[in-house]
Amino acid sequence: MSNWFQEHFSRRKFLGGTGAVAATALLSESARQAEAAEKEPQVRSGEQTIKLKVNGKVHEVKVEPRTTLLDVLRYQLDLTGAKPVSIDGSSGASTVIVDGKPVTASTTLALAVEGKAIQTVESLAGKKLDPVPQCFVEHDAEQCGFCTPGFVVAVRAYLDKNPNATEEMIRNNLNGNICRCGTYVNVLQAAVAVVKGGGNG
Amino acid sequence: MAEYSWPSKEDSRLIGKRHTRLDGLAKSTGAARYTYDVNLPNQLIVKALGSPHAHCKVMSVDVSAAEKTPGVVHVHVLRMPKKGDDGVMVYPEIQTEGELIVAVAAESEGAAAEGVSKIKVQYEQLPVFADDDDLDAAIKAGRTKRAGGKITLEKEPGDDEDEEEFEEKEIARLFKESAHVVEGHYGIDVITHCCLEPHGSTVEWKGGKLNAYLSTQNVSKTDDGFAAALDLTADDVDVHCEYIGGGFGSKFRPDYWGIAAAEISKATGRPVKFMLTRDQELKIAGNRPSGYINVKLGADKDGVVQIWDSQQWGTSGYDGGGVSDSVIPYVYRPKNYRRVATSIAVNADPQRAWRAPNHPQACAMTQTAYDDLAAKMQVDSLDIFLKNLANIEARQTAEVYTEELKLAAQLMDWKAKWHPHGKGPRKGSVVDGLGIGLHEWGGVANSSSVLLRVHADGGVSSYCGTQDLGTGTRTVCAIVLAETFGLDIDDVKVNIGHSTYPESGASGGSTTVGAVSESHRRAATDALARLFEKVAPALGAQPGDLEAKKGRIQVKGSPSKSLSWKEACSKLGMSTIEITTNYERGNKTNLSSEGVGGVQMAHVSVDLETGAVRVNKVVAVQDMGLIINRKAAESQIYGAVIMSIAYALFEQRIMDPKTGAFLNAELSDYKLPRLGDIGEIVVEMYEPESQRSRGVIGLGEPPVISGGAAISNAVCNATGVRVPVLPLTPQRVLKALG
Repeated sequence: MSNWFQEHFSRRKFLGGTGAVAATALLSESARQAEAAEKEPQVRSGEQTIKLKVNGKVHEVKVEPRTTLLDVLRYQLDLTGAKPVSIDGSSGASTVIVDGKPVTASTTLALAVEGKAIQTVESLAGKKLDPVPQCFVEHDAEQCGFCTPGFVVAVRAYLDKNPNATEEMIRNNLNGNICRCGTYVNVLQAAVAVVKGGGNG
Repeated sequence: MAEYSWPSKEDSRLIGKRHTRLDGLAKSTGAARYTYDVNLPNQLIVKALGSPHAHCKVMSVDVSAAEKTPGVVHVHVLRMPKKGDDGVMVYPEIQTEGELIVAVAAESEGAAAEGVSKIKVQYEQLPVFADDDDLDAAIKAGRTKRAGGKITLEKEPGDDEDEEEFEEKEIARLFKESAHVVEGHYGIDVITHCCLEPHGSTVEWKGGKLNAYLSTQNVSKTDDGFAAALDLTADDVDVHCEYIGGGFGSKFRPDYWGIAAAEISKATGRPVKFMLTRDQELKIAGNRPSGYINVKLGADKDGVVQIWDSQQWGTSGYDGGGVSDSVIPYVYRPKNYRRVATSIAVNADPQRAWRAPNHPQACAMTQTAYDDLAAKMQVDSLDIFLKNLANIEARQTAEVYTEELKLAAQLMDWKAKWHPHGKGPRKGSVVDGLGIGLHEWGGVANSSSVLLRVHADGGVSSYCGTQDLGTGTRTVCAIVLAETFGLDIDDVKVNIGHSTYPESGASGGSTTVGAVSESHRRAATDALARLFEKVAPALGAQPGDLEAKKGRIQVKGSPSKSLSWKEACSKLGMSTIEITTNYERGNKTNLSSEGVGGVQMAHVSVDLETGAVRVNKVVAVQDMGLIINRKAAESQIYGAVIMSIAYALFEQRIMDPKTGAFLNAELSDYKLPRLGDIGEIVVEMYEPESQRSRGVIGLGEPPVISGGAAISNAVCNATGVRVPVLPLTPQRVLKALG
């Protein structure tokens, strides 16, 4: 993480959340930043206001360079589905989807996901319930439930890429999440059910 | 007094069926609010500094730099050197790595962590003893004490014989007359509870009262814990826990960090969230004692053990306990046995109850010896396990174990798969093997009270100070109420998780489903009787002639003479039926009882070149009396089997024997099985009417017990070599293979 951080931020010049920047649309701002970053290194430090696009909505949040995406979600946006379980992301409990890819929010800095599309477990329970949580419920894939949101998101992200995954593929590829209560059998049943078209009613 | 009973299997509309859990959707969509998720306005976040040494004295604490850290609001020293009454400085002694010394309250997680990093503490390091598997070293270091033991011999000494001399001679004679003698060493390392939601609380003071959102498996009684430490009375403390992210026996108290949270909140006048970090959770928030044993057993020519002689040791931390010898040997109990237990005190955190305390270790340390007997005789392990049922001491009968073993063998296809130990076909570098373990448990119903209301508009609500550890308690309450009232599960509103609700026992010992089934069935039966009294005149019948069925109150067997539930409740007029019913643990009842057994069989593959063990299949056969929610019961067994795979193959506390440092206190290093590690798991409920009619018996713990022994025995069957100590890591497997 620290190498990644240095590479992306510490050698860049401070960009800051100036009024001019804040007035611009998020995505174009991000594109401009990326372009600027390519030209010359930037440094960002201290508390600053940035915009994060979470579950389709843009939020202004206050972050420091050290602030994780997980802390922003949980403490500023009241999205507590992603859980703080392991500082190194090895439990997968803080899994969210960023630009279509599963990442652990506990190991992602908020500054690193400016301008990206962030999707949390809460988005799967919108007007229409997503088949993944629906199948988790049907197959009793939650005991204490603390790992469950991270697992749900991980399954969603995997099946988005592999909509026809076999049981064997699911067993081999959904190993980024830990459940202490041991709901794996039920999670497996739930994921297989989603592939078979379950959870749509 | 009403006679309380369950409906027959045929008459049960909901009980024993498969139900999705009521809070499944909240848990699967992130809506469920755990303690860690409760964010109160203006709250502070607390992080704490733990001792870097396993044994030391705190000589000085300097928090000045921490206090100046931007965002830090308050620093709370938990272990400060201070002058005693006699004017002499007292330096706090730390007995375990990670013990908390200073807590820092700040505006954010980052600021709190930065504050912690700026605390300066001077320690005086003290000698450490941390080697729990080396008995000789422990004796030499003076760290042992006798921890129980028992000797039982069929023959008694003569009047003039010295008792000890007789015992030695008699044991020697029994071994001499044994057709088969097995000597072995077995063991199982310390593991931690490793709750995914770490221990902790979010607290606030409101007008002199403490409001505590606590991650606890003891909602009703942790108010006492806060009150005692804070010089309050329990009625000044409200504890809330709607959802708990794992407990497994480690979350019965507020703990000293919970008390610290309350103190910091009082000092700052702000709400406080104090959750342990992952490494603190592993180091100081619960572990299971280790156990190691040297066994010598003698059996007759049929393989029935006639004499057992064992010496065991292990540790439960600095208080120096260990695995109770009372369950050694496990389930099996030959007519002649001697067992001696020694405990070792090490510089580590004391144990907490871990799912079925003592039993998994006892099973793994002793049923492995029974399997080694089969290996030595080169006979089928199943025969040895069956024959030795002649001598057991357990809360289930030999007949039930026999039936369960047969059932499991069928589901495992045991006869077709079995081969003598170490004599199976080799596929490349891989060999397969089969193993057995069997277990017992109590599971008595805990005390439980519930307040039940039936409203004139048909609404039904219950209030009970129980909690849902993940076993589906809420759903059990709802099933029992709905079944009794002839309603659907969604028609009743179940409320749990607050200490202001009527008291219900802690969730420990597999006591909760029995507890809430007792209280809720009783309350609903009483409420229904009251409702019948109000409704009977309208139906031109006697109250005793009525029944509740399919959403209606009707004259028994005459659906035409009936009122809908809502119409019936409207007869309450301006009143509400309000009943508080209490069940006290241990009272004789038709609704619940105690004592279950179970059998597990494992089929594994072992790679002889890498030492890797893979579980292919586990069969778990379990009796548990009356099942309330079949789906949740199955999930409990699946989960327990997976937890057995965890401690059989993966998880262990790796402690540096010289310094007492916990070397793998992060989830990347503290290995737990993942989705791809579990193989096929087959769960079979053993529930003939003779078991069902016993009523509800707790199920949470028993299925976690015998998987370790079954897997170890399967590895031995595969390789022909005993890997003595669990977890069976590749390194240990290779070492045993030589």
